[in-house]
Amino acid sequence: MQSLGIDVLFKGTNFLRLLEGLWVAVRISLISVAISIVLGILVGILMTSRNMAVKAIFRVYLEIVRIMPQMVLLFIVYFGTTRVFGWDLEAETAAIIVFVFWGTAEMGDLVRGALISIPKIQYESAAALGMSRGMAFRYVILPQTIRRLIPLSINLITRMIKTTSLVMMIGIVEVLKVGQQIIEANRKVSPNAAFGVFAVIFLMYFLICWPVSRLAVWLEKKWA
Amino acid sequence: MADFSPERVGIVTESTGNEVLRIEHLHKEFEGNVILKDLNLTVRKGEVIVVIGPSGCGKSTLLRCVNALEDIQGGQILLDGRPVHSGAKDITLMRQKIGMVFQSYDLFPHKTIIQNVTLAPCKVQKRPRAEAEQEALELLERVGLADRRDDYPRQLSGGQKQRVAIVRALCMHPEILLLDEITAALDPEMVHEVLDVVLSLARSGSTMLIVTHEMAFARAIADRVLFIDEGEIVEESTDPKEFFTKPETPRAQAFLKTFDYE
Ligand SMILES: Nc1ncnc2c1ncn2[C@@H]1O[C@H](COP(=O)(O)OP(=O)(O)OP(=O)(O)O)[C@@H](O)[C@H]1O
Ligand SMILES: [Mg+2]
Repeated sequence: MQSLGIDVLFKGTNFLRLLEGLWVAVRISLISVAISIVLGILVGILMTSRNMAVKAIFRVYLEIVRIMPQMVLLFIVYFGTTRVFGWDLEAETAAIIVFVFWGTAEMGDLVRGALISIPKIQYESAAALGMSRGMAFRYVILPQTIRRLIPLSINLITRMIKTTSLVMMIGIVEVLKVGQQIIEANRKVSPNAAFGVFAVIFLMYFLICWPVSRLAVWLEKKWA
Repeated sequence: MADFSPERVGIVTESTGNEVLRIEHLHKEFEGNVILKDLNLTVRKGEVIVVIGPSGCGKSTLLRCVNALEDIQGGQILLDGRPVHSGAKDITLMRQKIGMVFQSYDLFPHKTIIQNVTLAPCKVQKRPRAEAEQEALELLERVGLADRRDDYPRQLSGGQKQRVAIVRALCMHPEILLLDEITAALDPEMVHEVLDVVLSLARSGSTMLIVTHEMAFARAIADRVLFIDEGEIVEESTDPKEFFTKPETPRAQAFLKTFDYE
């Protein structure tokens, strides 16, 4: 029987290195997600503004984020801006900037969608009961908005975690890169390592994203 | 049906004579379209006024002006002699005295029945939760829904939701209730259970301004009927039986004809 090539993971510190790589990916996504949520809420509220100029600016911003491949954004920020502006940007910082740029736009659009999906009559029912605008927002509108938002933003989070695999293109040694290094180093002794290593990486991504997306499904059901 | 006497239900009227609501020269436009023209109306304590008229004549707009959900372009609305105005500082206070129930019930979907009813009493009127809950339960009991206290609105039928919406408004102890076609969105078999509640409210002395398309109900409950067409009160009658059998104006005659199937 052919070896599945999992054995290479137990050589030396290989498995530990892989976990370290995973942590790099998770760290980048956690930081980016946290900043994106905060900025996204602000942007989302601004996007519901009646001011046409504000609306147009965010529309353009969102479109740019949607049509630009994340990889291109990474290259522009990491290779492009460092050349042009001559500043010194760490790869990880560049990655976080790109992910926040992307996450804020998507999150903002989700917040905007959730806010405008609350029917006008909910505001009016609250007002008719004597609630001030602030009270209506706090007790009636916000809880409903958050309920709609959480499952959607969790999906965004899993997408961001998955997309961190791109950051190796700007030299960050995250889990996928570590995997490649292990495979390269063992090409002679364990030619099947590619299968074993990538299968384990697949499992790692799965173990992180699956509970998160189950949570989204569960919350969606609970608050339907 | 249950006891809806003013003391039990909590409809409170201050002793400023027996006039609750006065609408003077009300003028309302939407983007230049005149919807209500120089409309005058006085509602006394305990009076039940039914407003009828063709679709689009401004009935909902009238009710929405009364609690300042719409701003007005002329005239004034006085509750207990105090102006109700959307920009006014005391508007939230004034709105507490004006209960409103909408056609589509509009309960808060993320809150249980009991939370829907007690939210405003607790947060707006700062009443103790226990006291508000007890009153809410008594009122829910009277509309036959006390056992649904911990359900969510989506678990209730339209008729049940509408009864909860009425209780939610009552729990604020309003001086006047505005009901805007509260049975229009209901299946026919549920209309009765809701109208029964309104009838017993009327019997126990609640002051109400009711918009409805249920002519038999209007006839049974009204102390006074207003027929509105094109933003004006065309006919007003303190004798509903007379009005519904022999309306005076041709426009009211034509309107009531549309409800005959013979
Ligand atoms: N927000 C709004 N903006 C512009 N026009 C409006 C608005 N709300 C209502 N109108 C117009 O005002 C007029 C009166 O509407 P209103 O809803 O008060 O009628 P109604 O008598 O309640 O009708 P119905 O019996 O169908 O409920 C209609 O012509 C309607 O199109
Ligand atoms: Mg209407």
